[in-house]
Amino acid sequence: MGILEAVLLTIATAATPLLIAAMGELVTERSGVLNLGVEGMMIMGAVTGFAVASSTGSAWLGMAAAIIAGMAFSLLFGFLTLTLVTNQVATGLALTLLGLGFSGMLGEGFVGRPGVKLGNIDIPVLSDLPVVGKLVFGQDPIFYISILLTAGVAWFLFYSRAGLTLRSVGDSHRSAHALGIKVIRIRYLAVMFGGACSGLAGAHLSLVYVPQWVEGMTAGRGWIALALVVFASWRPWRVLAGAYLFGAVSIGQLHAQALGFGIPSQLLSSLPYLATIVVLVLISRNRRLTVMNTPASLGQPFVPDR
Amino acid sequence: MKKTILAIAAATAVAAMAPAMAEAKTKACFIYVGPVGDFGWSYQHDQGRLALEKALGDAVETAFLESVPEGADSERALERFARSGCNIIFTTSFGYMDATNKIAAKFPDVKFEHATGYKREHANVATYDSRFYEGRYVIGQIAGKVSKTGVAGYIASFPIPEVVQGINSFLLGAQSVNPDFKLKVVWVNTWFDPGKEADAAKALIDQGVDIITQHTDSTAAMQVAAERGIHAFGQASDMIAFGPQTQLTAIVDDWGPYYIERVKAVIDGTWEQKATWAGMKEGHVVMAPYTNMPDDVKMMAEGTQAKITSGEFHPFTGPIMKQDGTEWLKDGEVADDGTLSGLNFYVKGVDDTLPQ
Repeated sequence: MGILEAVLLTIATAATPLLIAAMGELVTERSGVLNLGVEGMMIMGAVTGFAVASSTGSAWLGMAAAIIAGMAFSLLFGFLTLTLVTNQVATGLALTLLGLGFSGMLGEGFVGRPGVKLGNIDIPVLSDLPVVGKLVFGQDPIFYISILLTAGVAWFLFYSRAGLTLRSVGDSHRSAHALGIKVIRIRYLAVMFGGACSGLAGAHLSLVYVPQWVEGMTAGRGWIALALVVFASWRPWRVLAGAYLFGAVSIGQLHAQALGFGIPSQLLSSLPYLATIVVLVLISRNRRLTVMNTPASLGQPFVPDR
Repeated sequence: MKKTILAIAAATAVAAMAPAMAEAKTKACFIYVGPVGDFGWSYQHDQGRLALEKALGDAVETAFLESVPEGADSERALERFARSGCNIIFTTSFGYMDATNKIAAKFPDVKFEHATGYKREHANVATYDSRFYEGRYVIGQIAGKVSKTGVAGYIASFPIPEVVQGINSFLLGAQSVNPDFKLKVVWVNTWFDPGKEADAAKALIDQGVDIITQHTDSTAAMQVAAERGIHAFGQASDMIAFGPQTQLTAIVDDWGPYYIERVKAVIDGTWEQKATWAGMKEGHVVMAPYTNMPDDVKMMAEGTQAKITSGEFHPFTGPIMKQDGTEWLKDGEVADDGTLSGLNFYVKGVDDTLPQ
């Protein structure tokens, strides 16, 4: 395996959890709900995925459990913000707190236990191709899911009737409601989709990225995913670009350090954030398009009058 | 984010302190910077607390707060402990230094013990630290023997003296058996981020290192090393479970003996302010079993460990050149503790620029 191929593989691994979590949040936000609990849902996915995989020996079961855990956790958020109409920002933050604490409690017995790794898919012959072989044909299943997910979300939002309905709910819940669209039901579904994605992103962390469970292992990735959605102005392919750019600069700066270029490491460490923000702001600099893509009802509570 | 963690910590605190009302027992309290489940730094401090409970039994009761942010937030945690009847409080991270001294002034009857710091502004504040660099020298020697490429990778956290001591000591150990040994250093600017630590390990391995050592707290690098079939050293706790064929040894922090000694002193009324910097001799720095290496390397490592333990050998013994080629220590000269505890330069042979 050449160094270029190795670097590309590492970048894909670093970008995948960000991409999945951000894609889920993108759909949630497109429906007009701001869920700041991504970090909490992600870590719930990580701990559940690890616990189930380690108890049953099946990483696939772990992955499924993580998705369910993320979804269940997001339902809690949905119930509070959609049914009880609590403040979305505060509830989302509380969800993150709860997730970080609760996962530590759940995972207590699993600390220090070696994990089960979700095996790579290996397509014979093709995966032996130089440079791109392993990257395209020999990766972990969640990587493929993340790419399919991006394409799926992009198609759903802009080429399907259901996607149009979802966006209309996010842009003006009053008009959507007046047209007879079930705003709350659609938002519930969008929130659950976001939760499922965050759970899956967490499973990637504890089953592929670093197959182990330690408290707080998401280490802020949920927040990066949240930022990616905004800086990508709610466009799926831009989220993918942002996630990979972030991954590439993160890994690139580690290599730059190991090569000994003599650039201060504090500067290098901040580079992924800087580069991603600058690039995404540049590609989103068309204000009219940005305004058009921003869900106008984002974060606003909705109480149907009838 | 930090406040939120404190909120969790505060909730834990209420739970932890509920049964704290029984009198006559000596109460020892602990403040941790990370979760006890980090399987590294905070985990080892908590192991020390458990050892204390076991050793002193009914004479002592303990309480702890985990994930307490450094800085001003820690003052509240400290004050709460001091008011709740703790007789001695251990604050186990560098960043608690000022808060510890500030609260100590308010509670002269409570003993305070701050780990890895240097400020003892009041008679009731003591400091303690371990000479981890002694272990680093031993693992450096092992790396020098075991490595085929002659290059090791070092995952570093923050450029503070303790970390710099470790890097220098490791390289000195390696060069003592292989003068051409090279070291690649990657700073991740965090104590704990398993994903980032794994990324750093992969980057280093892709660039040709065949041994990984770290000064960060998770087991991620050990796992990556195991996956890629190279060797690595455990950090803070024995990580053999994550790399049965990978771990050569680990530097294990054993805080138990110190905690037992100090709490006993409180019970006996003999507690006094002091600055402790103990190492292998006192049993604070312990090496995990030497595994996955040839017998001659194991014998060499055991020999070095014995010499350091007996005080016959100090890892920072001259001649040692600084990175820029100027002389630091003359032949036979031993670095004094003052210089070591403020160490801010590399020795010759480190292939990295020290972030300042």
